[in-house]
Order: sequence, then structure tokens, then C-alpha cells
Amino acid sequence: MIDWCEKCEEMMQPFLDGTLSVEEVAEAEKHLDGCSWCAKRYRFEERLRHYVRIAVSEPMSPALKEKLAALRTPLN
Amino acid sequence: MRFEEEALELSEQVYRVARRLVGSREEAEDLVQQTYERAFRSWRQYTPGTNLRAWLLRILTNLNIDRGRRQQRTPQTTSIDEAGDYFLYNRLEESAPDGNTDTDRVLERLSQDSIVDALTDVPHDFRDVIVLVDIGEFSYADAAQILDIPIGTVMSRLHRGRRILKKNLADKAVAA
Repeated sequence: MIDWCEKCEEMMQPFLDGTLSVEEVAEAEKHLDGCSWCAKRYRFEERLRHYVRIAVSEPMSPALKEKLAALRTPLN
Repeated sequence: MRFEEEALELSEQVYRVARRLVGSREEAEDLVQQTYERAFRSWRQYTPGTNLRAWLLRILTNLNIDRGRRQQRTPQTTSIDEAGDYFLYNRLEESAPDGNTDTDRVLERLSQDSIVDALTDVPHDFRDVIVLVDIGEFSYADAAQILDIPIGTVMSRLHRGRRILKKNLADKAVAA
């Protein structure tokens, strides 16, 4: 018998990476619709990626921007 | 548009990646500056019409390797594979003071600083792929090209690197 929760865990990272086939996505979504245990964890992983992506999203300093612009070769 | 102008327009994105590859703001600024110095010197090696952002980031990651990143200790990773993908969630859930398992409430316990620290503690090889794919939003194929490694290596490092990151986050969140 297939352990769907285990299969779902294996599929989670590729699911979030968008690398599953259409059939696999449908399979995962079908399970997630009916399993709150997995659904909670999927939602957590999705939010976690967002948190990691926005962590220290400080802009570049204007001083560095000027330094980079000064590296250009002068126009003749 | 001149090559240099085109490259400069991408500098915010290049900085964003650099900021997460190295430990401090100062190091990130140095790395970006060196990247642009080298890029402007070797612009003839760039093929117009190809992915300039990937080309710049390839220079950046190579320079980062030159900075002695290989000297970093090899992490103790024996427990990573056993931890599973839900390791962080499970640890946070177990330690929730009020048994609150609402996703956002659980995530709120991770500060921005702890995320950055946890990422900095991920060994370079793994951190590079996480930064490029999860933060830079590059495809596996682009990340493979930038780092000059096979696509399968990108995938396996990503898999392992994410687990290391989650384990680091769990250690920080539970210790907090």
C-alpha cells in the first residue's frame, strides 16, 4: 500500500520548485486537499521560502553604486 | 545599450546574491566591486544576447571561490538525512509554548537575523545553490551553468542544503 503522506513529503520540494509533471501535481494536490497534516506542512514550507527570500533585502548602498559606475571606461 | 550600462542595471540583483553568499555587508560590497572590475575588463568574453545576469554571477561565484571559501570546515551532516524535510516544522511545533501550530505564528518565531545567520552557517557549496535558486530565482539549468557543475549536482546540493538550512534554523529557533 502506498503511504501517501510519505510520497507527499518526497514530492514537496520538486512541487514548490515547479518541476513536477502535470500528473504528479494533480496527484499531490488531490492528497493535500484531503490531508490537513500534509497541507499544514506544505504551507509552512512555502512561507519559509518566502521568508528566506526576503531576509536582509536591503538595497545596495548609493556609495557602492557610484563606485561601480566609476569603473566604466570613459566614452571617447 | 552599452555593455557596461546593461551590466550596471543588474547591479542591485548581483548585490542581492552577493549579500547572501558572504557573511557581511562589507564583504558583499567588495565582492560586487571586484565582479564589476573583472566584468568590465573581460567584456569581450561575453556573448551578446546571452544571459548577462548569469554571466555576471558566474564571475561573482568564481571570485568567491578564490576568496578562500574552500577552507571552510566541512559540516557534520550525518543527522541531516535522517531529519527529513519537515524537521523544522516539527521542531517548532513541538516547542510552541501554547501549542499554536498556525503557520505564520510558527514562522514569526524566526527573526530575519536568525535566517541570515542560519544561511551563513550553511557550507558554501550548498549555500551557493540555495542563494541562486531560492533567492535569485534561477532555474536549475542556469544555476548549473553559473557554478559550472552538472544539473544533478545542483539538485542534490539543493536538497541537502535546504535540510542543513532548516536544521540550523531549528537550532536557532528552539534555542531562542
